[in-house]
Amino acid sequence: MRKNRTYHKKKTVIVFAACVCMLAGLMGRMVYLMVIRSDYYAQKAEELHERERDIKAARGRILDAKGEVLADNKAVCTISVIHSQIKEPEKVAAMLVKELGISEETAKKRVETVSAIERVKTNVEKSVGDKIRSYHLDGVKVDEDFKRDYPYDELASKVLGFTGGDNQGIVGLEIMYEDILRGIDGKILTTTDARGVEISELGESRVEPVPGYDLHISLDKNIQMYAQQAAEKVMEEKGAEAVSILLMNPQNGEIYANANVPEFNLNDPFTLNTDADTSAMTDQEFQDACNQMWRNRTINDTYEPGSTFKIITMTAGLSQGVVHLDDSFFCPGYKIVEDRRIHCHKRTGHGAENFVQGAMNSCNPVFIEVGLRLGVDNYYKYFKQLGLMKKTGIDLPGEAGTIMHDKEKIGEVELATISFGQSFQITPVQLATTVSSIINGGTRVTPHFGVKVTDEEGNLVETMEYPEETGIVSEEVSRQVRYILEKVVSEGSGKNAAIEGRTIGGKTATSQTLPRSANRYISSFLGFTPAEDPQVLGICVIWDPQGIYYGGTIAAPVIRDIFENVLPYMGIEG
Amino acid sequence: MPVKSSDRQGREGKADGVLFVLVMLLLVCGLVFLYSTSAYNGRVKFHDPAYYFKKQLFATSLGLMGMYVVSCMDYHILIKFAPFFYLSSMLLSLAVLLFGDEYNGSKRWLSIGPLSFQPSEFAKVAVILLLAYVISRRKEKRESIWHMAGTMALLLPIVGLVGTNNLSTAVIILGIGVILIFVSNPRYLPFVGIGAGGIVFIGIFLGMASYRLERLAIWRNPEAYEKGFQTIQGLYAIGSGGIFGRGLGSSLQKLGFVPEAQNDMIFSIICEETGLVGACLLIFLFGLLIWRLMVIATHAPDLCGALIAAGIMGHMAMQVILNIAVVTNTIPNTGITLPFVSYGGTSVLFLLGEMGIALSVSRGFHEKGGGE
Repeated sequence: MRKNRTYHKKKTVIVFAACVCMLAGLMGRMVYLMVIRSDYYAQKAEELHERERDIKAARGRILDAKGEVLADNKAVCTISVIHSQIKEPEKVAAMLVKELGISEETAKKRVETVSAIERVKTNVEKSVGDKIRSYHLDGVKVDEDFKRDYPYDELASKVLGFTGGDNQGIVGLEIMYEDILRGIDGKILTTTDARGVEISELGESRVEPVPGYDLHISLDKNIQMYAQQAAEKVMEEKGAEAVSILLMNPQNGEIYANANVPEFNLNDPFTLNTDADTSAMTDQEFQDACNQMWRNRTINDTYEPGSTFKIITMTAGLSQGVVHLDDSFFCPGYKIVEDRRIHCHKRTGHGAENFVQGAMNSCNPVFIEVGLRLGVDNYYKYFKQLGLMKKTGIDLPGEAGTIMHDKEKIGEVELATISFGQSFQITPVQLATTVSSIINGGTRVTPHFGVKVTDEEGNLVETMEYPEETGIVSEEVSRQVRYILEKVVSEGSGKNAAIEGRTIGGKTATSQTLPRSANRYISSFLGFTPAEDPQVLGICVIWDPQGIYYGGTIAAPVIRDIFENVLPYMGIEG
Repeated sequence: MPVKSSDRQGREGKADGVLFVLVMLLLVCGLVFLYSTSAYNGRVKFHDPAYYFKKQLFATSLGLMGMYVVSCMDYHILIKFAPFFYLSSMLLSLAVLLFGDEYNGSKRWLSIGPLSFQPSEFAKVAVILLLAYVISRRKEKRESIWHMAGTMALLLPIVGLVGTNNLSTAVIILGIGVILIFVSNPRYLPFVGIGAGGIVFIGIFLGMASYRLERLAIWRNPEAYEKGFQTIQGLYAIGSGGIFGRGLGSSLQKLGFVPEAQNDMIFSIICEETGLVGACLLIFLFGLLIWRLMVIATHAPDLCGALIAAGIMGHMAMQVILNIAVVTNTIPNTGITLPFVSYGGTSVLFLLGEMGIALSVSRGFHEKGGGE
């Protein structure tokens, strides 16, 4: 047996010393990790443990001119179960069946599913959610949420627009004023384990949500309702494809009503308003159909305005001084421009007439003459001056621009067709705005809905302001145009819009859509009252009416009807 | 023979009280940390927060009895069975290769009824005893490089068998071998050569398999690799402990973030809960244990006892150092448990057995009938 010699002991000590050195080194490493790098790792770990749950902020409401709520929020609840926290599964399942009206089988399945959190039902009425909460059952979670609610379903659907799953605006005013309406979501910060289960002992910290601001618009629910009914009536009577009506204040651009029938249900925006068979559609086709349904034709689509555009030709001619009210004209039923014979709508001709009578007759040769007298350069100058070439700047998304000939390509023939409103396209809102600007004394206004922004208590946050451009026509020309248009209604082609005891100015139009061979027409009428001091201007556009399609016959009565009914309500006399 | 008996008793000292106290302290700390760390996993997997704790407590009680029995025995009797232990450890390791249970991707367990057993833990003790047996029996003069190589060669079968499934334990066995040969040999220079050779060997070994190189890459930048998950979670736990820790039981990383936190990575949770202070105290406790084993080795009555104590010391030291080095990402990840703390019944059983042997050595038995 060998002895335990000194060198053995010495070497044992060496091994021990080496171990101690290594342990000391590791302690050094730990000082580095736990003191110097501590913040870095602690933060990383915290990011790992913390779960953020959003608390949705209430979206601001949209209120009409009288303070009526057009877009609201409904408090709804989402009911979920957390498997690991459930203590009485039978009780929970029974409660779910009783309160939510789901089948026993479904309730059992939800309760027994082993997952971090199992959603049982969304969009549950708040009262039901409160009741479920009052059971105080462990593992049942009631999360409050908001759902956009439109109390009038189809009212002004293409103006208001709707919101998506995260309450974000998708179309219409909802997206235009997203920044104002959208609140700031709050947060619940909780700590969870690796499976995502919250550790309740550690509590939670909350960042309260900030609700969005309320938007007050100029649209009046009652006027809108009436306009919408009138549009529906005429669409049905005439078998038309669509009817748009816009009522605005020509003095400041505020829009009172904008109906675009067929409207759609804002509370159910993904159900088509036609009888189309959606099951046979591809996703793309369905999406296209929806987009089509959501379009606001007053703003998103252009059309050939036809005779209503004669108002602009008349304004340009009077402003330039190339025509006067008492100038004499002769209409043989056509006018030859270069090598073309351009017909008047009255083939037999209007015979001798002065300018005012020419307007009352909506006589094409008279306006061709005015157009030719103006010439391309002057005509174009007035287009620009009147604001026709740029968008109106209305506060709705997707406004279409004017489609006009290039100035260089306008010959005599094009000039002639432009003068009575053909061969180019503008939007109805552009026409309404331009005429408003002419008849209000020459101030180019911006058509708009948004008036002011308030917080939820009604405190004013912001008053909207819109650009205005004064002096686009002289007071005198404005007065002359109003005079002529009053004559059009009182004695001329627009007499179907006349109302006993009121002075109304207006102009009818009937235009054929392209291709001409399809025999599809757009009938329209633009009217305003009182003629001397216009307070309200309305335009009615009927797309593809069946049977009689003359604007003076079918569109003018619509505006008359609306005026007759809403003017007393608005308190406008004369 | 009353005289001889009293004579023998007179020369036997008492078992080392300090070592015993240290072991008990470590056991208590280990059980507390184990319960704290494993409660979540136990609740999630077995619906019993004390699941791991109970099993560990059972193994610990068994181990304590074993330790007491072994500490009363004369280690010279034990050492006579060293070749037998060694052979049986080889057989058991072979059995694991053939019939072993797989758990977490490694085949390391033998099941006998409800009990499962990890032969590699036994192999480490067997190797310590075998080397002490072989070296102490050899004539003092014949200690050339070749004899050292021969001694090491003895270990190759068990290293091969264990290393197939459990590379880290094989490395520890080799380490024990090197330490014992170093202690038994008066020379220094050859060991410098062995050290250099070892480094070259490790280099070639790592270069041979790409997955080992990947492990190196993960070690250098654990956040960039998916497989660095365990390491990085351990670092998050350590780092968020700071100086004083979150408090015992308050670890968040043990809630499933550090996978199987009660096993190899338990030290990271200790860091998170007790901070730098607690972790350093634990390391200090291990340092004291190693120191006490060194004292026992240097005071052993003969080379055999000295080698046994030195082997146990080396074993303890290597396991503590490697485990903490892995957890702190000082070296690439490899599965080594922290003695007395990590969950593992076989481990704690044989560790306590080893402590029993060390206590037996500390009593200073002299070989019966042996002349000095």
